[in-house]
Amino acid sequence: MFSLQVGSLLNVALILGTVLVSAALLIWVERRFLGFFNDRLGPNRVGPFGILQSVADVIKLITKEDWTPPFADKLTFVVAPIIIPIVMLLSFAMIPFAPDVGIIDMNIGLLFVMAMAGLASYSAMLGGLASNNKFSLLGGLRAAGQMISYEVFMGISILGVVILSDSFSLRGIVEAQADGWYVIPQFIGFIVFMVAALAESHRWPFDLPEGEAEIISGFNTEYSGMKFGLFFVGEYIGMLLMACLIPVLFFGGWHAPFGLGFGNPIVSGLFWMAVKVGAFVIFFILVRAALARPRYDQLMSYGWLVMLPLSLINLLITGAIVLSQGS
Amino acid sequence: MLKGLVHQVKIIWTQIVSLWLVFLHLFHKADTVEYPEVKPHTFPRWRGRIILTRDPDGEERCVACNLCAVACPVDCIALQKTEDEDGRWYPEFFRINFSRCIMCGFCEEACPTHAIQLTPDFEMAEYVRQDMVWEKEHMLIDGTGKYHDYNFYRVAGKAIGGKDKGEARNELPPTDRRSLLP
Repeated sequence: MFSLQVGSLLNVALILGTVLVSAALLIWVERRFLGFFNDRLGPNRVGPFGILQSVADVIKLITKEDWTPPFADKLTFVVAPIIIPIVMLLSFAMIPFAPDVGIIDMNIGLLFVMAMAGLASYSAMLGGLASNNKFSLLGGLRAAGQMISYEVFMGISILGVVILSDSFSLRGIVEAQADGWYVIPQFIGFIVFMVAALAESHRWPFDLPEGEAEIISGFNTEYSGMKFGLFFVGEYIGMLLMACLIPVLFFGGWHAPFGLGFGNPIVSGLFWMAVKVGAFVIFFILVRAALARPRYDQLMSYGWLVMLPLSLINLLITGAIVLSQGS
Repeated sequence: MLKGLVHQVKIIWTQIVSLWLVFLHLFHKADTVEYPEVKPHTFPRWRGRIILTRDPDGEERCVACNLCAVACPVDCIALQKTEDEDGRWYPEFFRINFSRCIMCGFCEEACPTHAIQLTPDFEMAEYVRQDMVWEKEHMLIDGTGKYHDYNFYRVAGKAIGGKDKGEARNELPPTDRRSLLP
C-alpha cells in the first residue's frame, strides 16, 4: 500500500501535495518571472527571494470579507468557484509523472482529461451567470464561446498522437515515445494544442473571459476572499496541468532527451518531467508577458478559420501515412 | 488566397519575434531601486520637509513677518509674533500642518530672512495624524541651512540690543535732521 507503484497511497499523497504546493508557488514564480521580463524584480520581500509571497496572499484572501452580493444567485454563486480546482485536480490523476509514479492508469485517460477540461468551463460560465452583473455575464458568455470553439480543435489536434501511439492512455502514449518524441511527426498538432491549451487555461493572450481592461475581471468581478482565491488557484492548477500535458503528449514525458537519463529510472524520469514542465510553465509566463490580447472576433475567426482546418489537415495526413504504412 | 496566407504567416512571425525580444529581457539588469535599503538620490534643491534655520550667531532667523503664512496656498502655516527684551522679533509659536503641506516651496521664496527652508528629506509618514503637525521646537535646527553667512539683523536697519541704528553692514549713520551740515 505504501510502496511506489501506480495508485499507491504514497503516490496519491505525494502527487496531491506536490501539485497543490506547486500551484501556490506558481503564483510567486509567475510574478517573479513577469518582473524579470519587464526589467523589474517582482515580489522579493516575504521570506527568502519572496518565496512566501503565496502564503501572505492566502492569509490575505482568507481574512478578507467573504461577500455574496444580495442580487446574486446564492447556490450557483458558491458552487461555481469550487468546480474548477476540483476538476483540474481530478485531471492530475491521469498524468504519468515517471515510471511507477502516477495515480491511475486508465485506458481512456486522455478522454477523461478532455472531459474535465470541458467541465472546468462551467466554473467561469456559472460564475458569470450567478453574479447577475452585466460584465460578469459578458465574461461568462465569452468563456463559454471560447471553450466551445477551442475545445473542438484541441481534441482534434491530439488525435494525431492517439493515432501514432494507438492508445488513449497517457501512460501508453509516453511509453510509445521511448524511441522518438511526437513533437517531430506531430509538429502542427503540437502548435495547435499549445494554442488551445493557452485558451483552455484562460491564460494570456486568451484571457478574454477576464479581460481586466474591458470587462473588469469578467466572470469573477463580484467574487472576493477565498471564493476568488479558488478561481485563482484553479486557474494556476489548470496552467500546471497544461504544462504537464504538453510534455506527456509531445515531448516524451519522463523520457530523457539525447539519452541523458541517469541512475534510477524513477529519479531520472521525475527530474526530466520536472524540467519539461518547468520549461513550459516559463514559456506560458513569457507568452503572458509578451503578447497582446486579440479582439473577440479575431479570437473566434482565428480558432475556426485557421486552427480548425490546420488540425483537420494534420489529422488527415497523419491518418493517411499511418494507414499506408500499416497496409 | 496566397495573399491571405502570407498575411497570416506575417502575423505569426511578428508574435514569435516579440516573444523572443521579451525573452531577452530575462538577461537585462532590473531597473528597480530597492528603496529602504537603497535610498534614491535627492538633489540639494529637493522640496521636502520644512525646517527653520538659525543665523551664523546661533539666533533664530525667523522674524515672524507672516509672509510665509500668506504665501502658503493651503494655509498650513500658523505663527504668532512676539519680541524679546533686545527688540528682536521672533515667533511665539510656529506651527506647520504637514498633512496639508504640498511642498510647493512658496514659503521659502517668500521668506525675507532665509529662515524657512525646504530640505531633501521626504520620509514624512506617521502613524498618528496629529504627529504630522510640527511645532517650532521640532523644526528649528542648529545650523544655517543653505545660506551660511546671512544674518538678517546685521544687514537690516532695525535697532536691536547690541546693534544700534547705522551699525549694520553697508549702512550709513543716521542723518541728524536738525543739523544743516552736509
